[in-house]
Amino acid sequence: MAEEVKKPEEVKKPRKPLDPNSAKYKLGKIASDAFATAIEAKKQGKPVAWVSSNFPVEIPETLGLATAYPENQAAGIAARGAGERMCEVAEADGYSNDICAYARISLAYAKLKECPEQDVAMPDVLLCCNNICNCMIKWYENLSQELNIPMIMLDIPFNPDYEVSDAEVAYVTGQFWDAVHQLEDLFGLKWDDDRFKEVTGFSCRSSRAWLEATAQAKYTPSPFNGFDLLNHMAVMVTARGKKEAGEAMETLLKEYKENHEKGESTFRVEEKHRVMFEGIACWPYLRVTSRGLKDRGINMVTTIYADAFGFDYNSFDEMIRAYCSVPNAINLEKSRDKRVKLCKDNNVEGLLVHTNRSCKLWSGFMAEMSRQIGKECNIPVTSFDGDQADPRNFSEAQYDTRVQGLCEIMESNKEAKEA
Amino acid sequence: MITLGIDIGSTTSKCVLMSGGEQIIASSLRIGGLGTEGPAEALSDLWDRADIAPSDVSRTIVTGYGRNKYEGADGEVSELTCHALGGRFIFPDLRTLIDIGGQDAKIISLSEAGRMSNFVMNDKCAAGTGRFLDVMAGILRMDIDELDECAAQSVSPASISSTCTVFAESEVISQLANGVSRPDLVAGICESVASRVSALARRAGVVPRVCMSGGVAKNGAVRKALSESLGVDIDFDPMAQYFGAIGAALYAHRQLQKLSDNK
Repeated sequence: MAEEVKKPEEVKKPRKPLDPNSAKYKLGKIASDAFATAIEAKKQGKPVAWVSSNFPVEIPETLGLATAYPENQAAGIAARGAGERMCEVAEADGYSNDICAYARISLAYAKLKECPEQDVAMPDVLLCCNNICNCMIKWYENLSQELNIPMIMLDIPFNPDYEVSDAEVAYVTGQFWDAVHQLEDLFGLKWDDDRFKEVTGFSCRSSRAWLEATAQAKYTPSPFNGFDLLNHMAVMVTARGKKEAGEAMETLLKEYKENHEKGESTFRVEEKHRVMFEGIACWPYLRVTSRGLKDRGINMVTTIYADAFGFDYNSFDEMIRAYCSVPNAINLEKSRDKRVKLCKDNNVEGLLVHTNRSCKLWSGFMAEMSRQIGKECNIPVTSFDGDQADPRNFSEAQYDTRVQGLCEIMESNKEAKEA
Repeated sequence: MITLGIDIGSTTSKCVLMSGGEQIIASSLRIGGLGTEGPAEALSDLWDRADIAPSDVSRTIVTGYGRNKYEGADGEVSELTCHALGGRFIFPDLRTLIDIGGQDAKIISLSEAGRMSNFVMNDKCAAGTGRFLDVMAGILRMDIDELDECAAQSVSPASISSTCTVFAESEVISQLANGVSRPDLVAGICESVASRVSALARRAGVVPRVCMSGGVAKNGAVRKALSESLGVDIDFDPMAQYFGAIGAALYAHRQLQKLSDNK
C-alpha cells in the first residue's frame, strides 16, 4: 500500500498590523468610529439623526448632532453578506423587490433594530435630501411613520438645466436655514457661526485632499487600485466635516504621490488596461467584481461615484450650488461631460457600467449616456447586471464574459495602435 | 498548421478544425453544452470525421460559457471575439453580427478593418434567446427545426409578449386554448424574439453588412422578422452555428503566427 503523503499543513500568514500612521488605518478608524460615536451618543441620551448621503453634512456637524448614514450601513451589511436576509425581511412586510435594496435593508433594520453585520444607533430624527434620488423621500417617510419620529426634508430637485440657477440656490438656501431652525427647536441645539465656519473648513479640506487623491490616477500606471476608493469613500460620506477626515485624506494623498514617485501602486499586478467604473459598487460581490478585473490586469482607475462625495466651495452660495450639482441631480449633458473629463484626464481605455437593479435613476439614463461617452472618448463600453446590495441580481459568469469581451477589445485597440 | 476551435455553449458544443487559418477541414456539433457529455462527444465525432490525429493539432482555443471549465485547450477567449472572427471569416465585409445562442443574445460591432469595436448583450432574462424558442416548441409539441416551416404558413401572426419566457409560455397556452392556429402562434413567437433582439441591435447601432450566428440563425422566420424590424438585409450561412468555434480556431492560428514572429 502506498504510503499516505501528508500534505503540509496550510499556515495562514497572520495579517501584518496596519501602521497607525497609514491612511488605511486612519480612514478605517474614522469609518468605524462613525457608527460607534452615534451609538455612544445614544447611550448618553443625546439625539441621533439618520442622514441621507448627500444631505449637507455641515448642518448636523455644526449643531453637534450625532449622525448615522443608512446608505453606508446598508452597503456594509451587503458587503458582509447579509443583504439578502435583510431584504427578505422588508419584502415579507410588503415592500416590493423592485425598491432600492438600501431602502429595503434600512426599513428591515428599522423593524428589527439589530443586524450584527452593522449595527447603528436608532434615530430621533431623519434628515433627508433627494439630490441623490427621489426614492429617498418615500424611504424616509416610511421610516418616519414606522419609528414615529420627525423627518426634515431638504428638497433639491433634479436639475434639467446645465447650470444651477440663482432661483434654485435661493430655494435650497431657504430650506437649509429652515432645517437648522427645526433642529434647534426639536433638540434645543444652538447654531454657532464660528463653528459653522470651522466645519466648512474641515469639509473643504477633506474634499480637496480626496479629489486630489483620486486625481492621481492621471499617472500611468496609477498609484492606486480604484477599488481602494470604494472603501475610503465611506469617510467622505460619513465624516467629511470632521477635522480628522481632512488629516486622513491628506495622508492618503501623500501616500499616492509617494507611490507615483517610487513607481509603486496598491494595484499589485501589472496595469495592462485602465477603465472607468460607472455606478454604485456591487457590494455583495465586491471581491468577485474586483478580481474579474485584476486577474486581467485591468485597473478601475476612476469612478464618478467616488468623486461625488467631494464638496469644495469658497462661499455659502457655492456650497449650496455644490449640493445642487451632485451626479444624480444633474442633467444628462452635464453628467456626460463630467464623466468624459474623468475618462480623458485619467487615460481611460474602456467603460464598465453596472446596471444596478436598485438604482433606476442612475441605471435608467446610463444606456444613452454611456453610448455618448463611448463615442466622445472612442472607447468600448460594456454593462453588466447587478445590484448595490441585493445579491440575487448578479451572475458571475455573465459578468466575466462581458469583462473579458471588454478586455479583448482594449487589447485589440492597443495592438492596432502599436501597429 | 492545424488549429482546433471548441465552442462550449449552454445547450450545444461545437468543434472546428482549420488548416493554415484559411480552410475548415472538419466540424462537429453535439447537443449538450457546459456540464454535459456534449463537449467530449463533439470532439470524438470530430476525430471520426477528420483525417488527422489529435497530435497533429498545433494549438487549441476554447470559447463559450464552458470555456473556463475546459482543461484540454491551450487558451480561452470570449465568445464575443470568436463570433466576430468567425463571422468575418465567412463574410469578409461584415460590420454587425447578431448572435442568438441558447441563453444569450449579443450584437457585435466590427470596425471596417474587422476588429470587434463594441458589443451589447441581453440582460439575465431568457426572452429573445434560443431557450425561449425551445420552451415554446416544447409547449407546441414541435421540434425546434420545424418552427421555421410552420411560421411560413402563418396568415396573421399572434401577438406574444417579449418580456418574460414564463409569462409568454402561459400566453401561448391560453391562445392555443382560444383556437389560434399553430402557424400564427409560431410566427408570433419568432416575431417576439426578433422584437427583443432588434431593440438590443438598435442600441449597438446597425451597420451593413449584417449577419446572424448561433443556433437561432437557422430559423428563417426570426431572420425575416429581424430584417423587417431593422430595415436591413440579414445574411445567413449554413455554418452560422459554428462561428464561435471557427473564430476560436482562427484565434489559435493568430497566436501561432505571433509566436513564430517573435522567435
